[in-house]
Amino acid sequence: MQRMKFVVGGVLILAAVIFLIVTSTQSTAEYFLTVDEVSAKGAQVVNKNVRLSGAVIGQTIAYDPSTLTLTFDVAHVPGDQALIEDEGGLAEVLHAAVTDPGRAHVKVVYVGPKPDLLRNEAQAIMTGQMKSDGIFYADELLLKCPTRYEEAVPEQAASG
Amino acid sequence: MVADFGYGVLVLTFLATFFSAGMAYVGVRRRSESLIESARRGLLLTFPLISIASAALIYLLVTDQYQVAFVYQVTSRNMPAYLKVTAWWGGQAGSLVFWTWLLSAFTTAVTLRRWDRDREFLPWVVVVASITLAFFLMLVIFFENPFARFYQTAEGVSSYTLPPAGAVLFTPPDGNGLNPLLRHPGMVIHPPMLYLGFVSFVIPYAFAMAALISGRTDDRWIRLTRRWTLWAWLFLSFGLVLGGRWAYDVLGWGGYWGWDPVEIAAFMPWLTGTAFLHSVMIQEKRGQLKQWNMILIILTYALVIFGTFLTRSGVLSSVHSFAQSAIGPLFFAFIGLTFITSFALLIWRWPQLHGETEMRSLLSREALFLLNNLLFMSILVVCFWGVIFPLISELVTGQKVTVGPPFYERATAPIFASLMLLMGVAPLSAWGHSTWKTLGRALWKPALGATIVAYPLIVTRTMNWIAWIGFYLVVLVLLVTLYEFWRAARARQKSHAENFIAALWTLVGRNRRRYGGYIIHLSMMLMAIGILGIELFQKETQGSVPVGQSLSLSGYDVKYEEVAQFNFKPGHDVMRAVVSVYRGGKFLGELHPRIDYYYSPTNPSETTQTMTIPGQRATLEDDLYVLLVDWQPVSTGGATFKIYVNPLVNWLWLGSLLFFVGVIIAAWPEREVEPVTESRSRVIRQVSAAD
Repeated sequence: MQRMKFVVGGVLILAAVIFLIVTSTQSTAEYFLTVDEVSAKGAQVVNKNVRLSGAVIGQTIAYDPSTLTLTFDVAHVPGDQALIEDEGGLAEVLHAAVTDPGRAHVKVVYVGPKPDLLRNEAQAIMTGQMKSDGIFYADELLLKCPTRYEEAVPEQAASG
Repeated sequence: MVADFGYGVLVLTFLATFFSAGMAYVGVRRRSESLIESARRGLLLTFPLISIASAALIYLLVTDQYQVAFVYQVTSRNMPAYLKVTAWWGGQAGSLVFWTWLLSAFTTAVTLRRWDRDREFLPWVVVVASITLAFFLMLVIFFENPFARFYQTAEGVSSYTLPPAGAVLFTPPDGNGLNPLLRHPGMVIHPPMLYLGFVSFVIPYAFAMAALISGRTDDRWIRLTRRWTLWAWLFLSFGLVLGGRWAYDVLGWGGYWGWDPVEIAAFMPWLTGTAFLHSVMIQEKRGQLKQWNMILIILTYALVIFGTFLTRSGVLSSVHSFAQSAIGPLFFAFIGLTFITSFALLIWRWPQLHGETEMRSLLSREALFLLNNLLFMSILVVCFWGVIFPLISELVTGQKVTVGPPFYERATAPIFASLMLLMGVAPLSAWGHSTWKTLGRALWKPALGATIVAYPLIVTRTMNWIAWIGFYLVVLVLLVTLYEFWRAARARQKSHAENFIAALWTLVGRNRRRYGGYIIHLSMMLMAIGILGIELFQKETQGSVPVGQSLSLSGYDVKYEEVAQFNFKPGHDVMRAVVSVYRGGKFLGELHPRIDYYYSPTNPSETTQTMTIPGQRATLEDDLYVLLVDWQPVSTGGATFKIYVNPLVNWLWLGSLLFFVGVIIAAWPEREVEPVTESRSRVIRQVSAAD
């Protein structure tokens, strides 16, 4: 009888934790997509939470400080770590993506302070939504610059 | 020359760890005290040896020996000497050496203790410590050699441990320099604190394994390592708080914790460690949960190695994971191997680890401790799920799906709230047996008090129900805990005719562990106030204003006065704005948000890094946090600012200070005489006599 109480209590806790994890995962999951995948899926991903990664193209960076609106284009980079390693590491892949005119591009809009690490051939990891106008509206922007410092810690710009 | 010497010393240390592990093992098999003694001495050698190798590395760092690849990567000529020394742990290879150095220092401290009692643990502690050391030394020697140098060959310049035939030593004129973001006092001590926490958890694990192997499965191993565990926990907590403070001060996004996989990697051993600290008390006081404690310490050790691995391998996409290298699979193999071995040992000893008494009442103190453990494990499961979810979803559906901070916040908030409720209830429940009635009688006064205090505070300010629950629980725990102090001190005051302060002082001094623990609970509540404040009520605004104009937020007016650029140091310029802060027309002071520009040492026109440092005005009520985002020359006009008002956030930092006071009180050496334990150890003696 005593044992039963403990078993029931344990099962209840387990059920509650599983419930929390399942519902939280469902309501907050983000699809991790590359630029190619976003372009290919088109309407399927419009208004969905997406985490998009791409290489920043330097000459497209524009910033309007009066509205804090930042726009830039990103070029396709592979999403798979092993693939990036095969192609010679992150720095090489980013360089190739930016210089290759045949790559798929996506225009990104982000409102907020201009991140310190935003520059040509940085890797941008953005969270946000693709709207029907084909522009990616980022709520969060994370940047990585692989070449310069062995242990660089990128700036994280979070908004919202 | 120095580099070769340092590398040679590391190789020698590697051999010494093998010698120790082997000798200890053979010593036990042959029951030879002299072999075990030589194993002990072998392990004692590792600390001076790694110290010498580290000294060689530091010498190379401070003397600008850029032919050494590691020195080139993490230092440059314009860095001050102290940063060149701390660059020791500024890169992967060096930080692995630093790890082994700390571990050898700790194992030395353990092997130097008086071993006339508990001698059966010694050989196995030596084996576990030696194997862990050997693993990290292997990584350093074969994969991440900090002493590797640049050589010019026909194919170009590359770094080598041993120069290839016909290669010429290559010395760059200057180094890359440590990332400016890391040149912050918080960042200088944050990694060593985390590492101290990580490394000191190896000691209780080593004793746990020694207890399993030697078959001495009473609570002796816990008593011997209790203080180690507390210090490990203190360092780990300190490391986590420092990391948060650094992010808040330097990264300029108005927050302190981003649920980044690397942050979670450091948080996970903290969770199991905290559960362990609580559940060992049940084993000491009631002789229960012995198997569970073993599981917790094995998990903690595995998570410590996993945490080092995550920060060092780049397996997950994270703001921290810059270090990409070949050592990932090795870490994975080592974790897998120790995990399997540990659990095999545990299963082997499982029958000897049965509880001496049974848990009977769901409301007893021990049952509530068990619940506390389950809640900590639940948070661990949430964190682990969040970290591995992208990998799992990719395996199952082929589509990488990630979860971010909202997932962790949503899933952990109810569990944290339950933990707070437990913190309010558990101190009032009795060991062995409690009923709803006794518990209710103890709890109704603080519960009513919390309602009286919390209700007007919250309802007049907000109708946010999460805040309502959160602050209610905070007040409840504060009242219950303070009442515990007051009640015990009053009782002592009456029985010993002391004044209240003296009574309180003696009381805490006599029961350091209990009252240290309560102080930690109080500090957690102060931190909870800060976290609730910034998470629920953070306000932000942004905009461009010309000189003399203001931005307004939450009753503050921030007026832009001027901006000026000056050359701070060679290669480092500062753009500093001056803003005046007003509230209700009253001048409160000036703030100086700034942008730091760092230029490449080789090409002075190339900006290598910028840093946005906020101007902060800290009060207990809130933190005004002003960022300079962008600026134009004064003639054409304005500058852009982003402003946050973070209510109550400074309670978080205050709470962390009180937290350290609490842990130090709890960890302070104490004579081990508790009536409960004495009677229990007598029981054990009788049991073993009957065997």
